[in-house]
Amino acid sequence: MLSGTNNAFAEDNGEKVVYSFCEHCFWRCGIAAHVRNGKICKITGSEHHPLSNGKLCPRGTGGIGQIYDPDRLAHPLIRERKGGQSSFRKASWDEAITHTAEKLYRIKEKHGPEAIAMLHHGYGYTFFKEMFKAFGVNKFAKPSYDFCCGPRRQGYEMTYGHPAGTPEGIDIINSKYLVFFGTHYGENMHNTAVQEISEGIRRGLKIIVFDPRFSTLAGKAEKWLPIKPGTDIAMMQALMNVLISEDLYDKEFVAENTVGFDELWNEVQQMTPEKAANITDIPADEIREVARSYASHAPAAAVHPGRRTQWYADGTQRIRTIAILNALIGNYKMPGGIVNYEKFKLPKPDAHPHPHFEKEVWSKYPFFVKTQSANTIASHEVVQQTLEEEIKAWFVYGVNVPETITLGRKTAVEAMQKLDFLVAVDTLPMEVTGYADIVLPECTYLERYDDLDDGRPYRTPFVTLRQPVVEPMFDSKPGNEIARMMAKKLELHGIFEDSVETYLDKRLKKIGSSLEEVKKTGVLVSKPTDLYRKPGEKLTFKTPSGKIELASAQLKAAGFDAVPKYIKHPDPPDGYYRILTGRKPMLTFGRTANNRFLNELPTARENEIWVNPRIAQKHTLSHGEYIHLKNQAGIVSEFPIKVKVTERIREDSVYMVHGYGHYYKKLKWAYTKGASHNQLISKADIDKTIGAVGFQNNFVTFIKEA
Amino acid sequence: MADKKNYGMVIDTRVCVACSACVYACKSENSVPEGYCRDWVVQETNGTFPKLSMENRSERCQHCAKAPCVIYCPTGASHYSEDGTVQINRYRCTGCKACLAACPYDARYVHPKGFADKCSLCKHRLDKGLETACASVCPTTSLNLVDFNDPEEKALKMMNGKEVYRQKKHAGTNPSLYWISARNKPGA
Repeated sequence: MLSGTNNAFAEDNGEKVVYSFCEHCFWRCGIAAHVRNGKICKITGSEHHPLSNGKLCPRGTGGIGQIYDPDRLAHPLIRERKGGQSSFRKASWDEAITHTAEKLYRIKEKHGPEAIAMLHHGYGYTFFKEMFKAFGVNKFAKPSYDFCCGPRRQGYEMTYGHPAGTPEGIDIINSKYLVFFGTHYGENMHNTAVQEISEGIRRGLKIIVFDPRFSTLAGKAEKWLPIKPGTDIAMMQALMNVLISEDLYDKEFVAENTVGFDELWNEVQQMTPEKAANITDIPADEIREVARSYASHAPAAAVHPGRRTQWYADGTQRIRTIAILNALIGNYKMPGGIVNYEKFKLPKPDAHPHPHFEKEVWSKYPFFVKTQSANTIASHEVVQQTLEEEIKAWFVYGVNVPETITLGRKTAVEAMQKLDFLVAVDTLPMEVTGYADIVLPECTYLERYDDLDDGRPYRTPFVTLRQPVVEPMFDSKPGNEIARMMAKKLELHGIFEDSVETYLDKRLKKIGSSLEEVKKTGVLVSKPTDLYRKPGEKLTFKTPSGKIELASAQLKAAGFDAVPKYIKHPDPPDGYYRILTGRKPMLTFGRTANNRFLNELPTARENEIWVNPRIAQKHTLSHGEYIHLKNQAGIVSEFPIKVKVTERIREDSVYMVHGYGHYYKKLKWAYTKGASHNQLISKADIDKTIGAVGFQNNFVTFIKEA
Repeated sequence: MADKKNYGMVIDTRVCVACSACVYACKSENSVPEGYCRDWVVQETNGTFPKLSMENRSERCQHCAKAPCVIYCPTGASHYSEDGTVQINRYRCTGCKACLAACPYDARYVHPKGFADKCSLCKHRLDKGLETACASVCPTTSLNLVDFNDPEEKALKMMNGKEVYRQKKHAGTNPSLYWISARNKPGA
């Protein structure tokens, strides 16, 4: 039986298949878009692309709901203020671009380039970044760094000298024992990882899940351990305590490849399983059993770093603890353990001249990432600098600020109202576009070229192409063209080629391919790389010591703990519950909130608040009823949320999926559906090592309708 | 391999995560009208905190060998196809709903255009030697199309040594969908 033969089948049906890559989440799987009568009729997984392997998650299929969303931004919009009222009017591209360029130019002349910041999310940002660099602006912020992947990246970097990677460098299919802390694969539909976990289960992979909630992944686990939220580091220290005190760790590997073992032991020897049991609510015997099983499956065992990793102010140290737990069993570059996938070797495009930047990295945090030209400042710093009136203008690409920025909706809105100028580039009228002075409608990822994607390391390194499947709809334009128009207006020369096709073709010709060739399958794949160390191979690490840093001298020198310490996080006040958050497999927050195709299933339509039955009884809540939530600062959810009474959650926590409760009426489908998680964030805990923002110290109680 | 096909499915609930990719893939493959679906996902949790268990399943028409929908269809619209699937000839269907009442699996709906509709096991794809849309998209490979007449079939071998069940066996419908229980240990 054949599968994934997208082209063979399509030709019989008068269909055309175009290969590209998805934009519904950061994973960026390969897609095959099927076109019939000039319209995309379905999207399937690309059989050529290593990350999709012919398969696709619901969101990928749901691209048709995005391109054909009737609420899409159709024309450039300019805000007009008349008689105390402000409203948008349609504008031509030339007028909108001229207005944008003039305003940005004046702000730069008056306040300097540091008064302008670009916030971005999504793969089309690259052309705007190049344009802004040539303009002299170098404040680029990627909100996902703040609350999602920053700690994971930097925590790994500080320990191993390389980031955790996307897909994470864990040899899942060959692993025999994987430990997860609150990472819920299956609800997080990271296609490749889900495929590997499934294959792992078929081959006998044992899964251990520490999570306050019985997630879908917990449903696959040999053991679900409902840990008290905020106590992961205590648990991990106790696991280390058992590994070391019972002599279960890989002594040879640790002696040869790590530094700081004595300091680590000094720290963890006090965290006995009995002590950790009191902190974490997990019995000491269970802790011992997990530690022993973990060691017995070594080196084909690992602790997974997870994805959204900033929960409290100690996110980076929490990731370091995970990295150290892996190091102790010597699973580095071993089948079923930690691997370091390689990226495709695509030469960088020729650098074009740009004015001298005052700073290359603007973040004040000592361990903020220093190697990403698109991420030079934390997004919460942009918000703070805006409130302090240092930053006067934002250029926002694909970031729905009120529902994304981790200092919560209220602070984000205050910041936007202080700005002199806000430009939003988006495909849909999101909340952020409602605060903008200029709205530039980009066409969707299915209607444009973007830069080549060589950013994903995997078993077979690859570079992949985003290409238009159909022509841009309405008066929308690709980001590359909008950036080119702005560059021209700002008289910035020599940044872009004559056309995006010429640019892509030149890049591909450098590696002996061409745009024409890559357009056929959307991807160039190289041979599998060597993942495992050879017997006797000497390992080197790009850390200051050249070894895996169990204790980090650089953290110590900067005034932080060299070895991660457990710090108690506040408990919810009486009658309040910690808000835990996650996602649904068919949705990616703002990107899919208004997608009618994906929202058709009843399970997708709204978020629920998960409440333990004992707590529901205490508050006389019944399953299916609609209530409001009130947080510790008195903020009440704008829209009601449905109660889900379930055994699947601890009594001290509630759970809701992020990305619902949209309050912008122009999102005609998403408006009023469910409650907004971001609205209920009033407290942010900043990780002072890398500048990430945690928000799990927010608590809610229930308010019944009057 | 036998010339005559006898199609069905082996559904591995150990790996299913209830993501619903199958539902969306089916909807776009088969132009299923808004508000309806031919397949759906069940997430079943049992027990009390903290002793819980879960099974995720993607469900659809069971393509029964003794199908009540075929038996009770007054016009012959519902019929057995020679490849072992149950199909509907929509031009013979009067939309009387006898089949909806007869189906123990609640697998059918009335299409807004007036005929009964359900999973066809993507017959148009089977005829071309392709997998069903749901199986081809499934990220976990929980969904496996099988030909029960093919003794070499890999998916059939998958069931060996595992706890496998069929739904509502007591209804006597002899369904063609087999379920590998989530109770099986990893690597069973």
